[in-house]
Amino acid sequence: MKRLLLLLAGALALQGCGPPAARNTGVYLLVDTSGSYNRQVGKAEQIALYTLTRLQSSDSIAVARIDTASFTEKDIIAKATFDDRPSTANAQKRAFASRLEKFIDQSPPASYTDITGGLLQAIEFLNEKHPARKEILILSDMKEELAKGYVRDVPLDFRGFDVVALNVTKLRADNFDPRLYLARLDQWRDRVEKGGGHWRVINDLDHLDGML
Amino acid sequence: MTLSNLLTITPWPAVSAAILLLLVMAALYFARGTAHQLLLAAAGALSKGLRVASHAIIHGQARLAARNREVLLAAGRESKERIVEREFARVADTVRKDLAGYPDMHRRLSESIQRIEEDQEKAAEVPPEAPGWAQAVKVVADLDKRNSGGGEILADIHKSLVKAHEEAMDIYRKASGERHALLRRMMPDWRQVREALAHVGKSVESVIGRSQTIDRHMQEYEAIVRGEDHALSVLSSSSIVYFFISALVLAVATAGTAVNFTLIARPMAEMVGGTNFIGGFRTADIAALVVIMVEISMGLFLMESLRITRLFPVISALSDKIRVRMVIVTFLILLLMASIEAGLAYMREVLLLDEMATNALLRGDNAGSIAGSHLWITTAAQMGMGFVLPFALVFVAIPLETFVHSLRTVVGLIGIAVLNALALVLRLLGNGCRHFGALACRVYDLPLFVPLWIETRILAGNGNGHATAAEAKAWKEARS
Repeated sequence: MKRLLLLLAGALALQGCGPPAARNTGVYLLVDTSGSYNRQVGKAEQIALYTLTRLQSSDSIAVARIDTASFTEKDIIAKATFDDRPSTANAQKRAFASRLEKFIDQSPPASYTDITGGLLQAIEFLNEKHPARKEILILSDMKEELAKGYVRDVPLDFRGFDVVALNVTKLRADNFDPRLYLARLDQWRDRVEKGGGHWRVINDLDHLDGML
Repeated sequence: MTLSNLLTITPWPAVSAAILLLLVMAALYFARGTAHQLLLAAAGALSKGLRVASHAIIHGQARLAARNREVLLAAGRESKERIVEREFARVADTVRKDLAGYPDMHRRLSESIQRIEEDQEKAAEVPPEAPGWAQAVKVVADLDKRNSGGGEILADIHKSLVKAHEEAMDIYRKASGERHALLRRMMPDWRQVREALAHVGKSVESVIGRSQTIDRHMQEYEAIVRGEDHALSVLSSSSIVYFFISALVLAVATAGTAVNFTLIARPMAEMVGGTNFIGGFRTADIAALVVIMVEISMGLFLMESLRITRLFPVISALSDKIRVRMVIVTFLILLLMASIEAGLAYMREVLLLDEMATNALLRGDNAGSIAGSHLWITTAAQMGMGFVLPFALVFVAIPLETFVHSLRTVVGLIGIAVLNALALVLRLLGNGCRHFGALACRVYDLPLFVPLWIETRILAGNGNGHATAAEAKAWKEARS
């Protein structure tokens, strides 16, 4: 009986002393800067700032643009992993907001829309951070247009990811044939869910409560 | 073998069923005696077992009651000893204080009395001198017979008399004035004597009051030592009352601890990090809790060192010198912790404002509108609470001690009640089992009423109508 109790106590102690489970969140915001969507870029600031208010110490965030070739670190506009101390985390948030504002004011329109490249970059970034919860936010019309020579027909591993498409605007062609819009969304849903991720669409930016 | 198979032992199921019924009845009839014994033995064994268990529990309950009684009496004895000890200490203080001042008071009283005596002697009224003019009148009267020119002499005498009278009156007034002055001078002495005596009277009354209290406590102590039921009943009810009161105060203290925790948990995140976890709990929360627990521990040690509580006999047994040092050290640690808490409470407000400002900036609100001119009030209040709460929590030691002591008694009483109930239930179950055995025998006999009736008839026939009493009883039993 004594041995059993000792073993039980040892097991509990080992559990208590083991590596702590991650509880942080990682967010990667992709902002479409292509010609068809560049007018909506201003909304990226609203979403990013809202996201910042929801993030806590040890959480990570990155904002990147979707342009002709998005699978590159150069497209990351701002990134931060917030400090353990709340006061430093607040200062980081303010600095992040300032960098974001600068980008919004000076974002040049891109010729093509490499969403897949952006998603690959997002997956890579968030996997490196090892957060407990991984969230990819895409502010785009979800119309992918690749420049000649870019191969993006690669399988995406979305296991453990929440992918949220925000403010998916309707294109002129969608208005003529809504099936195009619905097919586009379905195609992305399939791609994300086949990769093991969870897909959501939020078009009403006034109700972002359920986003994080 | 299923029932359908059994019903096919003859080509007619009804006949098969009847045969089977007869066979079963026969088997039951022949096994009746053994079955009855089995049922009664099983029920009896179960009943006996339950009764034995009930007796064991009653014994246990009695032992627990005896232990509870001892605990109560010991606690009562200790409490009374402490009260009597304290009363003796107070009496000793009073006596020492008064005896220390007694020589001085005695000297002052003697001096006052001496002065009063001297003044009284001085103030004694001097009897007026016998009037000399009566003799003079007689001489004049004699002169009047011999000398007719006595008118002038009389006038002179009259004049002299008036003058003498005035002088005598002056002397008398002066003497009276001096006497009154002396009497007036005696008044402070009288007052001093009266005050000294009043003080003595007060001290004596205090000592008498304390001696009566000691007497009462000693009577109660003797009753406790004798283990009287009345004393036990009083102690038991007091213990329950103390238990609930101390539990209430501890609940209030717990609420205070929660407030204290809220004050320091947030700024603790700045010191130990906001996202570290130990087990399932934030390290900052654990650190805040540890700080509060250390404060409570220091409070306990302080109270122990002051001999207000007696939870740790080791501390009470320390020499006075070490105890005083311990008081100073624990108080200084508490002061330090309280100051740290006040600082953390201030930091909390600063962090809160910083976070509000950041969120307002991110939301696009006007950050300046958050800062109000009255925010210093909440900051000061938080700092004050952070400083005061550790000292307030020091006093948790008193209800904690009462709670711990009364808990033993209350748990004992609850244990006694539970054991009583359990013993009753087991006893009821034991009796139920016994009756269940008899009932099972009757139920067993129920389908055998036909063979039993036949048996009775046969026995009656064999005995020429005189069945034995045992057989008649068996039949009666079967019928009943």
